[in-house]
Amino acid sequence: MAELFIYGIVLGSIISLGAIGLTLVYGIIRFANFAHGDFLTAGAYIALFMVTGVLSWIGIPDSNFGSLSFGWRMAIAFPFSMLAVGCVAIVLDRVLYRKLRRKASGAVIFAMSSLGAAFIIRMIIFILWGADSLFYRPGILRPALELPLGIKIRPDQILILLLVVFLITLLHFFLQNTKMGKAMRATADNMELALISGIDTERIIIWTWGIGGALAAAGGILYGIDVQLHPHMGWNFLIPLFAATILGSIGNMYGALIGGLTIGVAQQVSTAFLLPTYKPAVAFIIMILILLIRPQGIFGGRS
Amino acid sequence: MEIGGILAYMVSLAIMAGIYAIFCLGLNIQWGYTGLFNIGIAGFFCIGAYATAMITTPKPTGLYAHYVHQIFGLNLPFVMGLLGAALICGIVAFLIGIPTLRLGEDYLAISTIGIAETFRLIFNNEHWLANGPRGLMGLPQPFQGLVDPKHYNYIYLIIIVIIVVIVYLSIERAIRSPWGRVLRAIREDEVSAAMSGKDIFHFKMQSLVFGAMVMGIGGALYAHYTKAISPDVFTPLYGTFIIWVMLMAGGSGNNKGAVLGAYVIWFMWTGTTFMTNLLPYTLKARAPYIRFLLIMILLEIILIYRPRGLLGEEKKVSKLVD
Repeated sequence: MAELFIYGIVLGSIISLGAIGLTLVYGIIRFANFAHGDFLTAGAYIALFMVTGVLSWIGIPDSNFGSLSFGWRMAIAFPFSMLAVGCVAIVLDRVLYRKLRRKASGAVIFAMSSLGAAFIIRMIIFILWGADSLFYRPGILRPALELPLGIKIRPDQILILLLVVFLITLLHFFLQNTKMGKAMRATADNMELALISGIDTERIIIWTWGIGGALAAAGGILYGIDVQLHPHMGWNFLIPLFAATILGSIGNMYGALIGGLTIGVAQQVSTAFLLPTYKPAVAFIIMILILLIRPQGIFGGRS
Repeated sequence: MEIGGILAYMVSLAIMAGIYAIFCLGLNIQWGYTGLFNIGIAGFFCIGAYATAMITTPKPTGLYAHYVHQIFGLNLPFVMGLLGAALICGIVAFLIGIPTLRLGEDYLAISTIGIAETFRLIFNNEHWLANGPRGLMGLPQPFQGLVDPKHYNYIYLIIIVIIVVIVYLSIERAIRSPWGRVLRAIREDEVSAAMSGKDIFHFKMQSLVFGAMVMGIGGALYAHYTKAISPDVFTPLYGTFIIWVMLMAGGSGNNKGAVLGAYVIWFMWTGTTFMTNLLPYTLKARAPYIRFLLIMILLEIILIYRPRGLLGEEKKVSKLVD
């Protein structure tokens, strides 16, 4: 059980990365981005393309870092993929959502459009890579480290946790201390007020998409390192992402972090009683319970 | 292909498009007239199909029971299957409506996705319930003995057309009534509808349940058409998004548009198979993905450039008012 809890924290930290992006987009641009799960998938596959394609072709050595299951190739592919998915998110906004914004379409039309975008991303991945599960590095998983209480944890999983903590700390300082971060928080609070204070909301929107996409890409790659890659992986994350976002109150980054960890732990611990395939259903049940008991989420905020 | 073959092919196309037309009509009640964002149609599709399968087939006995697990089988006629499917879908919609209909539209959306995924997972994993991933087969078809099985599709097409007409007329009747006007008032402006003394939650609930019941009938008709169902049919793509594309293309808020959209998109969708046949061999295995990619691009174009669809909504409110 203690082991499932630790694995839940690992899964939950990955969900948090996605949920933080989702909650920022939800809070600032005001729509439910149903393509967010597929940003995770896109990030994972772009990194795969780099690791097994471009970087091996230009001759980056294939050796691992210590007892981790990846090396320099991944170290280069990781930030590249974050950048690439950030750009994908911005391009989607320019091509689709900005047009809808200009026509003052309803919130549901945005959501529908993002759903279409989700499937466009997924179909492109299906076309390029097929429907099989893939791995960054085929073969046997690295031996686990033994911790007290009989917990076995792989070095990769420790690194995943450290990376997530690093990224979230980085985002925290960005939002609290930089001009752009403050402007983003102001826009999330009140868009009209931000506009008349001279904040360029179109620039805020671009930054929000970029950050949301980059964090989602990081989540997708880390999941790919921990488990595997599959074109449906992001879709299976969609319900946990929304559950985490709603649990932590929409628009609240720290809420999304807590929500993500909660959902991740609940999903992993549930595998002690249920088939692992039921993980999305567990997140769904939690979400329904939140909607019944406290629809505004644990941190209050906007309902 | 000779004439008979082409005709048989067209009939099978028309049947599937007719089944999709019923889903579009159900979605039109929810989205077109009330503005409810249901993106878990596949869930109601799945529940309707399984409901009728369990109602109209007998529980397996003897040796057969070792291979097919089914929690119950009532062996009732086709009509009971349709009614049962509608009833169960209505109940599920009611339950999902309770936590979500008082909240913003996104909550209903993500919850309906959740319902669709959860039911697919349950039917896939619980072997005792409805035979797990292998699914159920041997569903009866109405008036089965009347003609040569080769030509049975003609009879089924007639049944589908009759049911589409019945569903169409009853929705038209309901939408043109005072009840339907309240739904549209809610869609246009919830606050002013509430200020006119309308109980928003109850009207939304009625719309959600009504639409889900129509979808249940669609699911049941699909199950009796293919005679065999398994959980992998009810994917978000085939079960939900193609129906949304049909309704958006035909014109949400217009029942004629819903039916037209179903036929146009279904014929386009099957038409693209001929196109992908021209692809080089290596890409052929991935042809369905290319077809879906095209359909999704079509959806985005409709959303941006023609959100009203082909027909758009009729502005006429009542036959008594011009």
